[in-house]
Amino acid sequence: MADINAYEGPAEAGFGDYVALLKPRVMSLVVFTAFVGLWIAPQPVNPFVAFCAVLFIALGGGASGALNMWYDADIDAVMRRTAGRPVPSGRVTSGEALAVGIALSGLSVMMLGLAANWFAAGFLAFTIFFYAVVYTIWLKRSTPQNIVIGGAAGAFPPMIGWACATGGIGIESLLMFALIFFWTPPHFWALALFMKDDYSKAGVPMLTVTHGRRVTRCHIFAYTLVLAPFAIWLGFTSVGGPLYLAVSAVLNVLFIAGGWQILRRDEDQAQADGYRVEKRYFRLSLYYTFLHFLALLVQHWIGGW
Amino acid sequence: MLPQVEHELHKRRRSRNIGLLVVLLAFVALVFGLSVVKITQGDMMQGYDHRPRASMLPQDPDPPAANAAPVAAPGTPAANQEAGE
Repeated sequence: MADINAYEGPAEAGFGDYVALLKPRVMSLVVFTAFVGLWIAPQPVNPFVAFCAVLFIALGGGASGALNMWYDADIDAVMRRTAGRPVPSGRVTSGEALAVGIALSGLSVMMLGLAANWFAAGFLAFTIFFYAVVYTIWLKRSTPQNIVIGGAAGAFPPMIGWACATGGIGIESLLMFALIFFWTPPHFWALALFMKDDYSKAGVPMLTVTHGRRVTRCHIFAYTLVLAPFAIWLGFTSVGGPLYLAVSAVLNVLFIAGGWQILRRDEDQAQADGYRVEKRYFRLSLYYTFLHFLALLVQHWIGGW
Repeated sequence: MLPQVEHELHKRRRSRNIGLLVVLLAFVALVFGLSVVKITQGDMMQGYDHRPRASMLPQDPDPPAANAAPVAAPGTPAANQEAGE
């Protein structure tokens, strides 16, 4: 039997396409850090309430991801890495992405307010606004420091988790913010060194393109140095302890050593060995945050200072 | 009669509908669970009900002393007896 198609209609989206709008991989980091922030806070939270709170924080993060995909569809279509996303590939219209983003933003903020408290809900609303408007719409296309601004949005979840339990902000939650905030730029710039994405074609100013790779290497090392004191300082607060300090010391020594190696290399050396050092540093940076937050969790479990 | 052929489009549509059903049911379960937790935790649950209620008033730190003996309401036979009529 011949299969006759008169014309190709608009591709129909499956359920998975709407899930992809929420950037599930980014969400996993949000879930983990928000959970740690909530769990190690001094006030105990009912486990089911904690589960709901983390879920709604993640949903808020997903909503801002959908808003990002709505606004950035033109950039995503140009870059190889993102061309397969639901909006540029035509499975979901950009209007739908906007609707999903706004609806889930409202729902997640309302539900977080009802499940935990309204300070945390306001904080979540601010984070969505910051990522969608300040980062995506305003600064991403206008400054090579866009990664730094975007990093702030990614650093809020543990503070929101902490706010769910305590109803406020503490030095511990500010230091958890600093840990992710100063970690994000070297993490992404290391990726930018070896991924060579088509950011310039898409009109996004990346530091590697606007200021060159030499400057990017300097920036990576500088941020690594700034990051270390905050990570260690967190170990001396009420959520810290000997185990956390030991883990943090080892990770920071490795991270600074990796940054130093990146600083000392030039492009010819890097191309000669296929960006081996940069790739290793990028992998280390993934472990860096994960192990820091895991150490906080274990330290809370075995008891701190 | 035309043969009923299921197009791939219908499959996707069904995946969407079933996904939405699961999400909505999960949301109902979540709200129900949250309600159970909040109620059993015994948070302050009474709201203002458009008429004053004694149970909503703040506790008087210095309550008036209770009467030693019951006092009959005026005009009742017991009150008349007390008055010696």
